[in-house]
Amino acid sequence: MSAAAIPLSETQRPWNLPYRGKVAMAGLIIAEASIFTIFVVAYLFYMGKSLTGPTPREVLETPIFFTICLLSSSLTIHYAGKVLQRGERGAFLSLWTLTIVLGGLFLFGTGQEWHRLIYEHGLTISTNLFGTTYYSLVGLHAFHVTAGMIMLMIVAIFAFAGRMGTEHSRRVEVLSLYWHFVDAVWVVVFTVVYVLGR
Amino acid sequence: MSSNTITIPGIGVEGKPWLETLHEWVTTVDHKRLGILYIVYGLGFLVVGGVEALIIRIQLMHSHNDFVSPQVFNRMFTMHGTTMIFFMVMPVLFGFANYLVPLMIGARDMAFPRLNAFSFWLSAFGGLLLYFSFLGGSGLYGAGNAPDVGWWAYAPLGARAFSPGHSTDYWTLSLLVSGFGSIGTAINIIATVLCMRCPGMKLGRMPLLVWLYLVMGGMVLIAITPLSAAQIMLLVDRYLGGHFFDTQAGGSAVLWMHFFWIFGHPEVYVLVIPAFGFSSEIIPVFSRKPIFGYPVMVAATVGIGFLSLTVWAHHMFTVGMNSYANSFFAITTMAVGIPTGIKIFNWIGTMWGGRIQFKVPMLFCIGFLFQFLIAGLTGIIQASVPVDWQLSLSYFVVAHFHYVIVGGILFATFGAFYYWYPKITGRMLSERLGKWHFWLFVIGFHLTFDVMHIPGLLGMPRRIYTYEPGRGWDTLNLIVSIGAFIQAVAILVFVWNLIISYFKGAKAGSDPWDAWTLEWSTSSPPPAYNFATVPVVASARPLWDLKHPEDPDSQYE
Repeated sequence: MSAAAIPLSETQRPWNLPYRGKVAMAGLIIAEASIFTIFVVAYLFYMGKSLTGPTPREVLETPIFFTICLLSSSLTIHYAGKVLQRGERGAFLSLWTLTIVLGGLFLFGTGQEWHRLIYEHGLTISTNLFGTTYYSLVGLHAFHVTAGMIMLMIVAIFAFAGRMGTEHSRRVEVLSLYWHFVDAVWVVVFTVVYVLGR
Repeated sequence: MSSNTITIPGIGVEGKPWLETLHEWVTTVDHKRLGILYIVYGLGFLVVGGVEALIIRIQLMHSHNDFVSPQVFNRMFTMHGTTMIFFMVMPVLFGFANYLVPLMIGARDMAFPRLNAFSFWLSAFGGLLLYFSFLGGSGLYGAGNAPDVGWWAYAPLGARAFSPGHSTDYWTLSLLVSGFGSIGTAINIIATVLCMRCPGMKLGRMPLLVWLYLVMGGMVLIAITPLSAAQIMLLVDRYLGGHFFDTQAGGSAVLWMHFFWIFGHPEVYVLVIPAFGFSSEIIPVFSRKPIFGYPVMVAATVGIGFLSLTVWAHHMFTVGMNSYANSFFAITTMAVGIPTGIKIFNWIGTMWGGRIQFKVPMLFCIGFLFQFLIAGLTGIIQASVPVDWQLSLSYFVVAHFHYVIVGGILFATFGAFYYWYPKITGRMLSERLGKWHFWLFVIGFHLTFDVMHIPGLLGMPRRIYTYEPGRGWDTLNLIVSIGAFIQAVAILVFVWNLIISYFKGAKAGSDPWDAWTLEWSTSSPPPAYNFATVPVVASARPLWDLKHPEDPDSQYE
């Protein structure tokens, strides 16, 4: 048998397949969503089952400002992708930096909250069930924000070096998919920890 | 094959120094080499896990045996289960996915070759980490060596107080690490199938094996990750003093069971779906008919995928859930039998009226078909809650799931070995040795696992290291153990066949089985780039079209 190619009229038809980066990120998001689901279920299951204090009602404060920061960073990264596609490098750079600043503010907020809980209220991961589930769930999310921040900063370094152009907009889009996911997870974590859990 | 290969100067020169060859294999990102690495790695652990099974069977051969201590016995069944699931079956199936999926869809590699290599080495080191526990498990406490908590490590057995030392940590970390490897490979398989198909390879024209690997990849993403999450929680408990599964602080042991089985049950389907795929490729070729009911097969697979995510708590009927939960999980469990039944009828429908050739791959697939049917039937028996209350944690359960994994998955995988070995190595496996392997394995398998149901019905619990004489279990256990040794001999024949045929087997040529899928259109073994020109397909059986231009399948699509 000769070459595997089979000459047929179908060759002429356009053959478009999805971009592998997007598909892979969608896969990663499904896997991550599954991990978060388990942690959220554990949080919900153990709500109010701590044998000792402190309880969430006593110590938790709703982090409205930092939540707004994180959620608006989803907007800025979205527009950053749009302007990169149009080749406006200056606008991309400022929107991208703004995203990093907003993400950094959010992480600062989490750090501040943890500091307060540990040093003022004596709540650690081993104090009670609330501590165990709270630090695990919020910590897992903060870990994902940190991972996202590292990737955002790598892009920023390339952007400052003038290496980011229209040809990279597909990859930036994949990264922003991840960032949107991290934000969406925060909506769930926020609802569970600060709304239902109190 | 002249027009199908490109000569690249300097490549394929004989007599390279061994260090260079080794370096090539360690640093490879070629999907075929990674596939072979996965498979060889899995076969190595098949032998290790098999030896552990034999130790278990020698210990249980007669009552009051003291071949190994109770502690060693616990370590053996823990390591046997963990090894066989995570480091034998999973790697072998991922290996075949790596090797076959790009070839079958006319691609030159996986979507992410480096991620592929990374995932393999994660899994590989995960396995080494598990076995390092034999050396490092004692830790500072000097207690325990290999993990001895059972493959499901029910709480509170996994807690610090009950598992001192580091053995359980090695178990946790190795599953976590290899779990990440599995997620990477699953993402890679999905991206490859969706984004790398050659022109004309529509979703509805993909070989069924590719479809089934796509479903398997999706299930890995949804079902393996809960295990990773649960292992993270266990690490938090063990190292940071968390209370997830600490009942004294209000934690719940049952929650661990739920998390484990949300992973554990779909995992069975993650393993069996590729086995379905192997049969769906092999049975048509050796029946000389296209697969019966292709779209229904795909739909049934997707149905199994979804249903299998809703059945996990049938492992927990004896825990004491309420009757609504019991009924729900009993019904969903029985419902899985419907799409599975459809598949079995479709395979029989494929064989019906075909000119069946009883070559070794086909023999193994026929074995798979009937044994998997029996395994499914004993599964349905246990899906009814009152029966399960009686049988749970007995040897009946052990017999049932070994029927699935050995009689179903392993048989189909052996079929895959005989079917694709010529493609991978360029040489045929010996038919004579293959028949010896098949018949010895069938006899050993049925001796072991048919008989094993009976002590289970008589009330013999699983995981006991010995038993009292005079309960009617002695003779049955002796027969079970004899069967295990016959299976071991069959495995030795198989390994010998793999080795001897590599050097002395008949040359295979590119298409020894007169098959229809794209991997047979390139040389055996395929060149590094798979296809000199990217193929274009017009039907589900591109090679049929090529061989029968007067009556191509594409006419009817």
